[in-house]
Amino acid sequence: MHVDGNAAAGLLTQVFARDMTGAHGTCGSCGHNGPLAEAVVYGEAAGTVFRCPTCDNVLMTLVEAPGRILARLAGLRWLAVPI
Amino acid sequence: MAPAALLQRLTWLPAVIAEARAETPQARTLVLDVPGWPGHRAGQHVDVRLTAGDGYQAVRSYSLASAPGEQPAITVARVADGEVSPYLVDVARPGDRVEIRGPVGGYFVWEPAMPYRPVLLVGGGSGVVPLRSILRHHRQSADPTPMRLVYSVRAPELVIYREELQAEHLVYTRTTPPGWPRPAGHIDQGLLREVAWPPVDSPLAYVCGPTAFVEHLSGALLDLGYRAGDIRTERYG
Amino acid sequence: MPLLMGTVSRGFSGTHFRRPGPELADRVPPGQYLAAGFPVLTAGTTQHIETGLWSFTIRGGRAEPRWTWDDLLALPAERFTVDIHCVTRWTKLDTTWTGVPLDTLLAEADHDAAFGLAVSYGGYATNLPVAEITGGKAWLVYLYDDEPITPEHGGPVRMLVPGHYLWKSAKWIRELWLMDEDRPGFWEQSGYHNFGDPWRQQRYFND
Repeated sequence: MHVDGNAAAGLLTQVFARDMTGAHGTCGSCGHNGPLAEAVVYGEAAGTVFRCPTCDNVLMTLVEAPGRILARLAGLRWLAVPI
Repeated sequence: MAPAALLQRLTWLPAVIAEARAETPQARTLVLDVPGWPGHRAGQHVDVRLTAGDGYQAVRSYSLASAPGEQPAITVARVADGEVSPYLVDVARPGDRVEIRGPVGGYFVWEPAMPYRPVLLVGGGSGVVPLRSILRHHRQSADPTPMRLVYSVRAPELVIYREELQAEHLVYTRTTPPGWPRPAGHIDQGLLREVAWPPVDSPLAYVCGPTAFVEHLSGALLDLGYRAGDIRTERYG
Repeated sequence: MPLLMGTVSRGFSGTHFRRPGPELADRVPPGQYLAAGFPVLTAGTTQHIETGLWSFTIRGGRAEPRWTWDDLLALPAERFTVDIHCVTRWTKLDTTWTGVPLDTLLAEADHDAAFGLAVSYGGYATNLPVAEITGGKAWLVYLYDDEPITPEHGGPVRMLVPGHYLWKSAKWIRELWLMDEDRPGFWEQSGYHNFGDPWRQQRYFND
């Protein structure tokens, strides 16, 4: 079952030390651009998986380990963070 | 958001349940005492962490139901076969402790000064929780922005915040109250044309509910002529 | 299930998970809780593959054998009971599966590869040395508790390698790639351990 990026706001804030739900990401596969809040998120997994709402490409994974969060952003071409 | 808040480290805050209020047979509002609570914006949420005596922990994300300036409160609906929601709805009582991380989220948020554009709130089931925070904030801040809620709910006994939402548009999907003018059914194009602000007014829409509900409603609003960028969505599974 | 101890919430006990008693120390690896049910974890959409469309191919050997659903069911099967361990800290004891040992299938591939990458419908992948999926240590299974495996749990056919954390047991298995060099899979590229031995708590990449 999936939710969306809003549900991962706490985890994203842990990683980026600011709100990231309004940050826009560009999919490295299809080029779709949209806020992380609108990403398809699978939270009931070994980590939190963010997928592109258009093409299902994995944009980002966040794995919570003791004392650290392992972030892989390999599926994002761009991340535009509002300041 | 103040620059200082950006750099604030997000940590788990101990919280005490100050008040528990049954909303329906399935949902309960918990008001929380959180020392050091920094305040929140309408539409934000918190992560709630429970720890069992044997060290086992479970974390869930819940929308804040209260308006900014009020004590943080969450409204939790019991999920069949759930682990955290049955505890929060049936077991926890005032004085019990949980841990809170937040407030978090900045996308599904409404602020009075923002746009001078009419706002349409569309909630399905407990998706109405963050919308209630927005609606309450709107009323308390006496903001002139036109705001309207369409709330889709299965049956009359499942309506949460009943008193507060009387004046809004309720849509019953399975059972209606006796004499209700609309037969039970989902929000459709006809209803939206009646109650949604017309696209010519450049409205903003906030849609929250189960994934299928949000997909259906955002599609219907696009068909009505709403711009994709003006529809904010939040899905809870 | 994070590790840090927090404030205990009165009356909260994991209804779905509990700490095992000391009598189970040789059954339950360190840091694991016992699951009451069978939790479903997925990194993407649940795949619904009709048995008539399902097939399994081993690539990278001198032969590239392929089996349809009927081919797989025609092979000698084993019914076995094992404990399974998920890296998210739950363990399920005495799960009974039916399927074909991977040894049977690999024998058709005529290969001397050292590494395997299991590839699933939907794009998931996970890697293990060939030595870890041969010698009676891995199966392609199609029955759980004598019933067809549901799509949520990886049916119609999933891999099962109970000696490793469960993310190594690919759901909706479609192919096995044989390679001379190791190639990390989905979670192995995302911070999880490359080998994933539950008894050595090899959870994250440098554990």
